[in-house]
Amino acid sequence: MDGIVIIGAGESGTRAAFALREAGYRRPVTLVGAEPHLPYERPPLSKPVGGMVQMTPICAREALEAAGISYLEGCSVSKLDAVAATVSLSDGRVLGYEKLLLATGARPRRLACPGAERALDFRTHADAEAIFANVAPGRRVAIIGAGLIGMELAAVLRGKDVAVSVIETAPKVLGRAVPARFADKLHARHAAEGVRFHLDRTVAAIGEDGVVLSDGSILPADLVVSAIGVVPEMTLAEASGLATANGILTDACLRTSAPNIFAAGDCAAVAQPGGGHIRHESWRNARMQAETAARNMAGAAETFASVPWFWSDQYDLGLQIAGRPQPAHQTVLRTTAEGELEFYLDDGRLVAVAGLGFGNSLAKHIKLAEMLIAASIRPEPAALADPGVNLKTLLKSARAA
Amino acid sequence: MTWITAGKLEDIEQEGAIRFDHGGRTYAIYRGPDDSVYCTAGLCTHEAIHLADGLVIDFEVECPKHSGAFDYRTGEALRLPACENLKTYPAEVVDGEVRVALG
Ligand SMILES: Cc1cc2nc3c(=O)[nH]c(=O)nc-3n(C[C@H](O)[C@H](O)[C@H](O)COP(=O)(O)OP(=O)(O)OC[C@H]3O[C@@H](n4cnc5c(N)ncnc54)[C@H](O)[C@@H]3O)c2cc1C
Ligand code: FES
Repeated sequence: MDGIVIIGAGESGTRAAFALREAGYRRPVTLVGAEPHLPYERPPLSKPVGGMVQMTPICAREALEAAGISYLEGCSVSKLDAVAATVSLSDGRVLGYEKLLLATGARPRRLACPGAERALDFRTHADAEAIFANVAPGRRVAIIGAGLIGMELAAVLRGKDVAVSVIETAPKVLGRAVPARFADKLHARHAAEGVRFHLDRTVAAIGEDGVVLSDGSILPADLVVSAIGVVPEMTLAEASGLATANGILTDACLRTSAPNIFAAGDCAAVAQPGGGHIRHESWRNARMQAETAARNMAGAAETFASVPWFWSDQYDLGLQIAGRPQPAHQTVLRTTAEGELEFYLDDGRLVAVAGLGFGNSLAKHIKLAEMLIAASIRPEPAALADPGVNLKTLLKSARAA
Repeated sequence: MTWITAGKLEDIEQEGAIRFDHGGRTYAIYRGPDDSVYCTAGLCTHEAIHLADGLVIDFEVECPKHSGAFDYRTGEALRLPACENLKTYPAEVVDGEVRVALG
């Protein structure tokens, strides 16, 4: 069979299609996407500008045509036969492939309580339209889950003068991905903006008038949004017998347990040098894995190595995190005019950095720290803490050494 | 060509950039590692993000949002997701003052 088929036209699948051409791959490339639009960016969905839901295409239709990528829009793959090397499409067609990329992303985790079907999800452009069509000043929205998506949505809705309640099972907000210092600061900012938090509470039921909490209290709401995280979309992979766990398992080259099938982005759990598999849910990871997978499908044998990085915008604050901060790390704080940076050292080695400040003002420091992390530097904590020491100087002296 | 004074050279870090707003538009002014100065449109061509917040290394500025990169001498887009070049404007230093020609 001829050519490469990519399942999923999100951030990862779309980037992979172009990256195949950039890597010199000349045979047919088919990009199959279930959603009825040109491939689009998800991050702007929770950061609407001027009150409008943004549709930000990843690429123009002409760019797909110019690259010779056949894009099957609004078409889903219903079956993968890894032995025959074919995929069955929702329109009845069957496509053969030489190599396949699974870039199926993730889908919202569903609540299990009575009335769960009343809660809206927040993953797609259609979800965003459904949410924003239903909000107006003075309306009450209950958001279930104080993760990044729930908190970004809360910030946007406060900007529209909507009454917002956030319900979270854990005793703290943003528990999973954000270091405590910045989670606390964001929590305080949301509280100052008028968001009402109900922490350490679970949802017992969702009724017509609102949310019933585990303590019996009722939160009146005109709209309920569920933002309790995502699960990797691996239905096809599981049904076709590929190895899966918390994601489609791949080796360090992003190859699944079938040698001609690769996986990238939110759906992929990638083997780590120290053992185990890690799955990321972030924009840059989706693109970087796509690029590595594409080059490998075109004949290279690169291992995927990249410092994980993501950002989140809430109100006028920008959060950026590179690496994976852990509670056991030694922390060093740097306070600047624009905000705060926290560095994370593991046995003296810089392994992660996080920053929270006005807009994008801390971005360049995070980027430099990321370069220091990639270079396995052991900086002096005093130099990291001192805002008078330019991180660029540390990088240059490390490179010269 | 009308030259406008945009600030003092000493106010821009070496291998750094500042934002300069003029006539309802926004620009970025760069000071290279050799103290040469350059001026480009202030917003990234991918999404409208101020490039002066980005990291400058050598003659390259990296966008603070998605790491697109540009050569600020020519405006050339060097790295995805930025693919459209930046507009550039003449810039010079006279007696320690940075002047730009935005016409
Ligand atoms: C509201 C929102 C805000 C976000 N903000 C940020 C942010 O600020 N910073 C950040 O780093 N990350 C952010 N993210 C996360 C980021 O968008 C994701 O990590 C990224 O989109 C993952 O890309 P992907 O291609 O792996 O998956 P997805 O973007 O989920 O794309 C997968 C695509 O595959 C399609 N698909 C699945 N199965 C099939 C099938 N069988 N047949 C055909 N098509 C199929 C799906 O319909 C989907 O379109 C945000 C996400 C959301 C939802
Ligand atoms: S806004 Fe500059 S690269 Fe995206």
